[in-house]
Amino acid sequence: MKFSDFVAVDAIRSHIDADSKEGVIREMAQSLVDAGSIAAGDLDGIVKAIMKREDLGSTGIGRGVAVPHTKHPSVRRLVGTVAVSHDGVDFKSLDGEPVQLFFLLVSPPDRPGDHLRALENISRQLRDDSFCKQLKSAKGPLEIQHLLEEADSHGVAS
Amino acid sequence: MTVAVATHGGERRGRHPLGARPEGEGSGSMSEQVVSREVVVGMRQGLHARPADLLAREARKWQSRIEFSNAAQRVDGKSILELLTLAAEAGTRLVVEATGPDAREALDAIGSLFDSNFNEQPDES
Repeated sequence: MKFSDFVAVDAIRSHIDADSKEGVIREMAQSLVDAGSIAAGDLDGIVKAIMKREDLGSTGIGRGVAVPHTKHPSVRRLVGTVAVSHDGVDFKSLDGEPVQLFFLLVSPPDRPGDHLRALENISRQLRDDSFCKQLKSAKGPLEIQHLLEEADSHGVAS
Repeated sequence: MTVAVATHGGERRGRHPLGARPEGEGSGSMSEQVVSREVVVGMRQGLHARPADLLAREARKWQSRIEFSNAAQRVDGKSILELLTLAAEAGTRLVVEATGPDAREALDAIGSLFDSNFNEQPDES
């Protein structure tokens, strides 16, 4: 799976203001509403479901990256977005590092394989330190979009 | 279920009190145990973020190096990020290998996480 298969480019944010876990999640979910990927009426339900998932264990996966996510019946296919917080947000990650780079995913309940392959793509690409750093220091959403496209074109399709 | 055990430099470790090491063991170096077993991903959703987090947390409790492998790759069990690159769906078989002084205990602890399906359905925690 490639980034372009699930990232809504209009919802990418390079400077997120929120300084709390819930704030970041809400800001990202709102960006998906603004991009037309999820319905405004589902916003609260989706934010609540993502927070509930966070209560089970942080989705911080290390290297200053987190993948907040949920399944939600309102989406027909996996949708997601990317955001960067320059100050970093405490996400209670395993390695204790504040999170600067977020991938938020909302997937249909009946597609666990797609969700798994999106996580795989994200983690595989982020093993590349310089890619990770470039995303975190991107000046604008367009730069993030280009970095993702570049990664997609280099990546091994799976 | 197969459990393979191999020890480097101390085949009969435990039978020899300090100072009576079997021949061939490097003096001063701790004997390094390598154990491995197969595990099956039983969770319906596969090895997704939550079990990967639990797995890395467990692996980090041990001194031993813990590695997971499938047909295509071998990854560090102490990194969630690495574990997620396995994209292990339900039913996937993985080999876990532990190397170090507490390898056997580490492997047992990790094996039981898989045996209990990471408490995915019944909440035992």
